[in-house]
Amino acid sequence: MAALSVQNLAKTFTMHLRDGVILPVVENVNFEVHSGECVVLGGPSGAGKSSILKMVYGNYGVDAGSITLQHHGEAVDLATADPRTVLTLRRDSIGYVSQFLRTVPRVSALDVVAEPLLIRGKDRAESQQTARNLLARLNLPERLWSLPPATFSGGEQQRVNIARGFITEHPVLLLDEPTASLDATNRAVVVAMISEKKASGVALLGIFHDEEVRAQVADRIVDVTAFAPRIAA
Amino acid sequence: MTTLPQYNFAYLDEQTKRMIRRAILKAIAIPGYQVPFSSREMPMPYGWGTGGVQVTASIIGPDDVLKVIDQGADDTTNAVSIRAFFAKVAQVETTTHTSDATIIQTRHRIPEKALSKGQVLVYQVPIPEPLRFLEPRETETRKMHALEEYGLMHVKLYEDIARHGRIATTYAYPVKVEGRYVMDPSPTPKFDNPKMHMSEALQLFGAGREHRIYAVPPHTEVVSLDFEDHPFAIQHFEQPCALCGAEQVYLDEVILDDRGGHMYVCSDTDHCEERRAAGHVGDLGVKEAAE
Amino acid sequence: MSEPLLRVDNLTKYYGSRLGCADVSFELWPGEVLAIVGESGSGKTTLLNSLSATLEPSSGRTLYRMRDGQWRNIYELSEAERRFLVRTDWGFVHQNPADGLRMTVSAGANVGERLMAVGDRHYGRIRETALDWLGRVEIAADRIDDQPRAFSGGMRQRLQIARNLVTGPRLVFMDEPTGGLDVSVQARLLDLLRGLVGELGLAAIVVTHDLAVARLLSHRMMVMKDGYVIEAGLTDRVLDDPREPYTQLLVSSFLQV
Repeated sequence: MAALSVQNLAKTFTMHLRDGVILPVVENVNFEVHSGECVVLGGPSGAGKSSILKMVYGNYGVDAGSITLQHHGEAVDLATADPRTVLTLRRDSIGYVSQFLRTVPRVSALDVVAEPLLIRGKDRAESQQTARNLLARLNLPERLWSLPPATFSGGEQQRVNIARGFITEHPVLLLDEPTASLDATNRAVVVAMISEKKASGVALLGIFHDEEVRAQVADRIVDVTAFAPRIAA
Repeated sequence: MTTLPQYNFAYLDEQTKRMIRRAILKAIAIPGYQVPFSSREMPMPYGWGTGGVQVTASIIGPDDVLKVIDQGADDTTNAVSIRAFFAKVAQVETTTHTSDATIIQTRHRIPEKALSKGQVLVYQVPIPEPLRFLEPRETETRKMHALEEYGLMHVKLYEDIARHGRIATTYAYPVKVEGRYVMDPSPTPKFDNPKMHMSEALQLFGAGREHRIYAVPPHTEVVSLDFEDHPFAIQHFEQPCALCGAEQVYLDEVILDDRGGHMYVCSDTDHCEERRAAGHVGDLGVKEAAE
Repeated sequence: MSEPLLRVDNLTKYYGSRLGCADVSFELWPGEVLAIVGESGSGKTTLLNSLSATLEPSSGRTLYRMRDGQWRNIYELSEAERRFLVRTDWGFVHQNPADGLRMTVSAGANVGERLMAVGDRHYGRIRETALDWLGRVEIAADRIDDQPRAFSGGMRQRLQIARNLVTGPRLVFMDEPTGGLDVSVQARLLDLLRGLVGELGLAAIVVTHDLAVARLLSHRMMVMKDGYVIEAGLTDRVLDDPREPYTQLLVSSFLQV
């Protein structure tokens, strides 16, 4: 049984501000991700990789198809789930490392990272310790931990973002170019962290433009161009 | 010989008196509740006791004996005028002796001598609404009374303690009547609040400008509001009355000269006189017999 | 957490023949923050006032799960019950703090009033609780005896929040809580609200025309136009993948920083 199963997914955008022009994004998207493997979405920019990732996270709506996740031992279709269910799925079953960190004013990097654990009811001290370990591993200078990440550099923000995404034990984890603005050392750390997630049975679905990283982490590559809509509008 | 036009007994016409009596009866039936009434123009300005005068006029009979005090004194302008008014329009007997009176109209004091069964104390009230301090809307204060929402009263007392370290309200100190309505006892000093509790006399309150009458029937519970850790307490005076030597009475400060000389004397003049007549003398008093 | 806190069925409010809001239905769960967005005149404030029983709707009902577990239509509560609910189990944060505060009594009394209203008669305890809440909304302890007239806009708004939350309400209504504040003050307030809402597990309904406020505070949002809810759903989905022409216009009109 797949940890994540996407079937016949289709998505178009209707641009009402441009006279209702319809932009087809993808259709007939079919793939599965199993526990312990890392599936990478491949294809050129604009092929719909990011859109697929966002649909799987519930961030974009879908026009057709299903996105089945295992949630506390039950199969749940995220594509048709109500907002409350999507929020529960996100809390317990599916994590997401976005490309950019959405910073919240005044919240320290450490708290940004620890927050997903606190939301899940973990002890504060314990959550912060886990967060410290992760930030240290990602080589974020300790003097930054207590500062809000809004003023951090791209690479520093990215590492805070990665730590926040990796801190939980979601059985499914989505990665949107987590290594884009990292140097070689930190890329290697992230690759190692991905391998550890795989070893612990997490199903990963990601987008990696960096070929070297992709080669290191990918078990399979799903070519998104296969899902290109047949008829352009 | 021409006959001068006569006032109706006690000045008000009979219809008005009936209207006010109905309001009084309702007020007695619901202790502490402010009953609206159609206040009349009286031959004196608002603030001089038009509410109290209308109440007195409505309950007074030819056999009544009237006493009027202003800040405890029988001999101030206001007290003398109102006494003269009723002597003229109702031809009733007047007195300054608390125990002889059947009706006592008062502005801001309760006599020191405990009132007895059959006596009526009529208060002149400027602002009958105790919640007005924090809530200007009449519709809202009525609703608050109806629903017993009295948290605001404690906000006022809280402010006192926060600012002065203790409840600094010394007059018009709010009370709860018979466990239900919060009532403004008119600007009497809080010293007098305990006298309202379980009094044998009937207490009536008239607010002329504000068109309200309320009442505390005899033997009614009247409890001053407070906090558990800041309980209600009455004023305490360091020295006895300079004239009659009375203790545990409410004293007024009297300035004696322009060099800071002053003395404290009974606010209740009748009480003071009676004591002196009985031979009590204070530090600055003169023995009656010596005169 | 297995039952909603609020159930709204076909709520409609007309002002005479003019429509305020129409056919609004939704459920709100404990701990959930719902944002109502839309431009001025879209009916969002009418809806908020109807939901908070400030206005009586023309038709429809709003069921609330009381602390004893009973479901009650808030428009059928007696006035005494409704007012008790409003000052204990609910909170209402007004856009203009002067509408929600007593401007002429001290900050401490503003916070303590709700406690006194439910019968707390211990000055020391009331003051201690007020101090604790002033701290939680980042107002210095030495301002406890100052009147809100002497406070800045941001401080007043934080005081209003403390005043509302002191009785541990389960549902808080907010009408443009950051409206009229400087951007930096807004950020502080939003962060504070976000923290308190999460920490206390409050359910909240926030009316705002500021999409950034909606994104930061809410789990779900409803977009209103001409009295109708035209789009509703998960906040990030409505903002990132808006479907309705009006929502797309709203999202695209919003300045990105």
